[in-house]
Amino acid sequence: MYTTELSKPGATVQPIAPQEDPELLAAFEARVAADEFIEPKDWMPEAYRKTLTRQISQHAHSEIVGMLPEGNWITRAPSLRRKAILLAKVQDEAGHGLYLYCAAETLGTSREEMIEALHSGKAKYSTIFNYPTLTWADIAAIGWLVDGAAIMNQVPLQRTSYGPYARAMVRVCKEESFHQRQGYEAMTELANGTPEQKRMAQDAFNRWWWPSLMMFGPPDENSPNTAQSLRWRIKRETNDELRQKFVDITVPQAEFLGLTVPDPELKWNEAKGGYDFGEIDWEEFYAVVRSEGPVARERITARREAWTQNAWVREAAAAHEAKRRSRAAA
Amino acid sequence: MPSLPPIRPEDEAVAEKLRPAGAFDAPSDAHDPVRAGYLLRLGDDALILGQRLSEWCGHAPSVEVDLSLANLSLDLIGQATLFLAEAGDADRLAFKRDVLDFRNCWLVEQPNGDFARTMVRQLLFSTWQHMLYQRLTASSDAAVAGIAAKGVKEVAYHRELAAEWVVRLGDGTDESRARTVDGLDWCWRFVPELFEVDEELAAAVQAGIAADPRSFEEEYRAAVGAVLADATLPLPKDQRAIVGGRRGHHSEHLGHLLAIMQYLPRTYPDAKW
Repeated sequence: MYTTELSKPGATVQPIAPQEDPELLAAFEARVAADEFIEPKDWMPEAYRKTLTRQISQHAHSEIVGMLPEGNWITRAPSLRRKAILLAKVQDEAGHGLYLYCAAETLGTSREEMIEALHSGKAKYSTIFNYPTLTWADIAAIGWLVDGAAIMNQVPLQRTSYGPYARAMVRVCKEESFHQRQGYEAMTELANGTPEQKRMAQDAFNRWWWPSLMMFGPPDENSPNTAQSLRWRIKRETNDELRQKFVDITVPQAEFLGLTVPDPELKWNEAKGGYDFGEIDWEEFYAVVRSEGPVARERITARREAWTQNAWVREAAAAHEAKRRSRAAA
Repeated sequence: MPSLPPIRPEDEAVAEKLRPAGAFDAPSDAHDPVRAGYLLRLGDDALILGQRLSEWCGHAPSVEVDLSLANLSLDLIGQATLFLAEAGDADRLAFKRDVLDFRNCWLVEQPNGDFARTMVRQLLFSTWQHMLYQRLTASSDAAVAGIAAKGVKEVAYHRELAAEWVVRLGDGTDESRARTVDGLDWCWRFVPELFEVDEELAAAVQAGIAADPRSFEEEYRAAVGAVLADATLPLPKDQRAIVGGRRGHHSEHLGHLLAIMQYLPRTYPDAKW
């Protein structure tokens, strides 16, 4: 899963720090413009390092927090096959979290620092995970819509300018496409099932549609970091471009399932070759970014508790390793 | 783990020694109640422990541990699916039976407790399951032998992982040691059930389908003792054995586990998922 890069609302464009050496900066920008990968030991402007650290660590946190809404249904998955698929999917997300933390560490911030920032509320994660998974159909909807939106965001990131991030994305994208297909397949089963299952499917679709569109981040005219991120090829497409692509691909999929898109303003626009759709509730989006989503407290509490209540395990592992080393040295 | 025997070569050696000629040619009969009962024991042990381990998902001490616990859970649910499919409709067996019809042992249904108790439970169970699967590769029942042959590699890893953690925790800090001792104290009374041979199991052993667990009880005690020694922990004192799972008489915990696990198929009995 994925978070688009989120900053606190109202943040302004960060000017490139004037103290950067203009020659180094010019050489860096030329490399980026030529689509070369920037590697950990290469010179990079501080603002580039900062933006990437924020984006990659947010992405990692999103994978880890994203385990919770789906983990909520592993113990209640309705068949052995669904249970195994969901476990494997959530496990993939833990794996994504790991390699993203590693990619972010190459920029000079330790995993402990990043986790600390998450737990203190300083670091953000994708707003989508602050909504509850109420029924089994939510698991199908997350796979279909949330992972679908994630793929839309992440495919261009395979060509992002920072090498370790781009390479992590290649692997992540392969797994995400499996996640999206299993979600759509589970949704198909529900949409063709009993009246109760159809109800669940439509209800989940109603609840996840708009938050999925929000996953692409604020509108372009209000996305403070987009211009700089595009220039440095951290991002390759704007939030609105990606959002439009997602709507255009997803609407026919919903129609195929016999589900109604919860947007009365949705209409095919022949001239632009895409759908027009209603206004996103940006007030809600910013509220969720401010950690005011319906289950934001549950999510962060679960992460903090897993970390603090099991601190003794990590301490024991370190103490044992130290004993082992000192015995080996003796 | 110097105290553990090398696992994979041993798997093969044990299988080689125990597998009679033509073992894989024996006919299998899905309606044989002895066979079906034994398959349920194997399947239910794996299913219930897999379900328990999946409760950790998203809440483990580190991302790495989260990944390994999910791995264990996935392996066990895979094994359960194969065993239960041999006994009948796997989903119906998993989601539509009540406590009295479950044949798993008490150890696997115990709540996770803290990470130390989870790892002690895993060590005690995986060591047993590993020795059992090694022998079941020689089962006269081709399906049981096949599933065991696939599972034995997975369980070798479970056993190794659990042993490593018990050593780390036992020989870690004062707190981790105390928690590990508590975990052992909690789980130890359920170990004798693993070696209990009732009439049903005796018949399955007689038919060549099952392995007699008493044949490896000593080996088991030695192996667990060796891990505990590495963890600088004494072997716990024997406690009064708690048994009954194989006859459907379980702890109170199993009913709650099933209530969660079975909720959807029971609420929507006509639905397909």
